[in-house]
Amino acid sequence: MTSLIESTAAAGSRYERLIKHDKVHGSLYTDPDIFAEELRKIWYRTWVFVGHESEVSQPGDYMRKRLGLQDVIMTRDRDGQLHLLLNRCAHRGNQVCADAKGNSSTFRCPYHGWTYRNTGELVGFPFFKGYGQRELDLRLGRVPRMDTYRGFVFGSFATDGPSLAEHLGAAAGEIDRLAGLSPEGEVELTAGWLQHQTRANWKLLAENETDGYHPQFVHGSIFGVTGSPIGALYSDSSIAVTRDLGKGHSENDLRPEFRKFAEPMRWFGTTEDRVPDYVAAIRKRYGAEAEKILVEGGPHVMIFPNLFIAEIQVFNIQPVAVGECVQYSTAVQLAGAPDLNKRMVSQCMGSVGPAGMLLADDTEMYERNQLGLEALTPEWLDVRRGLNRERVDENGFTIGGATDETGMRGFWSHYKMLMEAQS
Amino acid sequence: MTSMLNNATAPGPVPDGFDRWEVEQFLYREARHADESDYDAWEALWTDDALYWVPTASTNDPSREMSVIYDNRSRIATRLKQIRTGKRYAQSPPSNLRRLLSNIEFLGGRANSSGGVDLEVGANFMVLESRARGTHLWGGRVTYRVRRQDDELRLAYKKVVLVDNDRPIPTLGFLI
Repeated sequence: MTSLIESTAAAGSRYERLIKHDKVHGSLYTDPDIFAEELRKIWYRTWVFVGHESEVSQPGDYMRKRLGLQDVIMTRDRDGQLHLLLNRCAHRGNQVCADAKGNSSTFRCPYHGWTYRNTGELVGFPFFKGYGQRELDLRLGRVPRMDTYRGFVFGSFATDGPSLAEHLGAAAGEIDRLAGLSPEGEVELTAGWLQHQTRANWKLLAENETDGYHPQFVHGSIFGVTGSPIGALYSDSSIAVTRDLGKGHSENDLRPEFRKFAEPMRWFGTTEDRVPDYVAAIRKRYGAEAEKILVEGGPHVMIFPNLFIAEIQVFNIQPVAVGECVQYSTAVQLAGAPDLNKRMVSQCMGSVGPAGMLLADDTEMYERNQLGLEALTPEWLDVRRGLNRERVDENGFTIGGATDETGMRGFWSHYKMLMEAQS
Repeated sequence: MTSMLNNATAPGPVPDGFDRWEVEQFLYREARHADESDYDAWEALWTDDALYWVPTASTNDPSREMSVIYDNRSRIATRLKQIRTGKRYAQSPPSNLRRLLSNIEFLGGRANSSGGVDLEVGANFMVLESRARGTHLWGGRVTYRVRRQDDELRLAYKKVVLVDNDRPIPTLGFLI
């Protein structure tokens, strides 16, 4: 009995040792064995953001995506159903799809001509006499579970476990808030993705997305030359809050700052006379609720482990190796808002991606951070900021100040729970 | 690669008044200013209606789809102001750079907004970039539109199509 308790404790205690409430160990970002375990326990288990339904809007549309290290084909079949197929022929394992996107009802493996429907079903293979039959019990692999929320497509390699709704929890409300910016209540991700190779561990990105401490420093150069008011949102005197939404999700809730000014479209850095069609459409659709939407704007939320929505842009983070990941970024597009959509593409292009005037500097920080972590001491990264002033809001969520590390602590708490699970 | 900027249509005939040696020297100078992070000299080459564009493989309409860079003259100025602060960390310290331009061809003429005709020039390029992250080789096809203005050559348009613009690329903090 004693030995059983000891061995259980030993098996489950590794992440207890590496993750404390106020600090995390540097090896979490640099140890290849931990990365391999993350693939098994996070990327190939929990719900992971893959893409958006609007990217494959027509029957036969397909688009290649990543889910962890997996090459996934997101397809829409002739009945309108979505599928997440694995790009591997059931015969010899060759890739059946070479194009990034397209429209086709079938995928034909170039190696021996095996052909699959865009549902993954094997529909034919040449020279069937060699098998003595016309049908084989084989098909393309698929991500075992696929579900969507307001068009955002998620996959999970766990055949059972929490539903997507359970995984999203309070973060679903933030996606609702994004969709609510559309006069038709619908988000579209149709502007294409920038692909930014990043030589850093994926968790440095996930932590940074709701770190309100860095913007004034990392982005001071662009805030200064453009006269942007964003910096003030993340100052010591800001009344914005950082909220731990649970399940590893977190947000910078900037609404208290925007309510203070009560100016429509300030959240977008503009005024209502610059986007009159959009503002009129919102007022027509939402009536009494419209002013709240126009003043408060979109969410700034990190959804564990890899979906980051930053007001007008969406990021998909996918790992490559312990010290490398890719950031995919695109502009939010809102159904029924053509004048705003063009502005969002333009503003987003200036900000994100490999040459973005914001994200290139974040990425420089991630990469220098990864190099810094090679130093042997101090072994820990400090995440205590704001512990002294954290409180619980009226809905039961832990919140900190605009520049506090409340979101990171929520991330690590959920991460530890997933990584301590057996197998 | 098509766009709203009449790239889909073939250019008109090569306009008169552009000497090959002079144009090549101009393009080499632009390359040198970029390599040496001489931001003032590089910025002075542009016309007021400038466009500096680095599309991705899926950029068809740059007003509706993402490009890596899609800078008009005003945004070029913002980009350079940011770098000059010394706190554009993606380019501070600046990358060490050298590039080669080759296969320079006069492709034709493009009517411009001031009533003249710009010379369209195509070239291939490679840039060797060295920084703390490592050494990276960038390469692709560049299309320039060169204008004679106040008896000097100016750059009205530069489109850089990277050979790997269909895949993840590292931070592009320098002037490509």
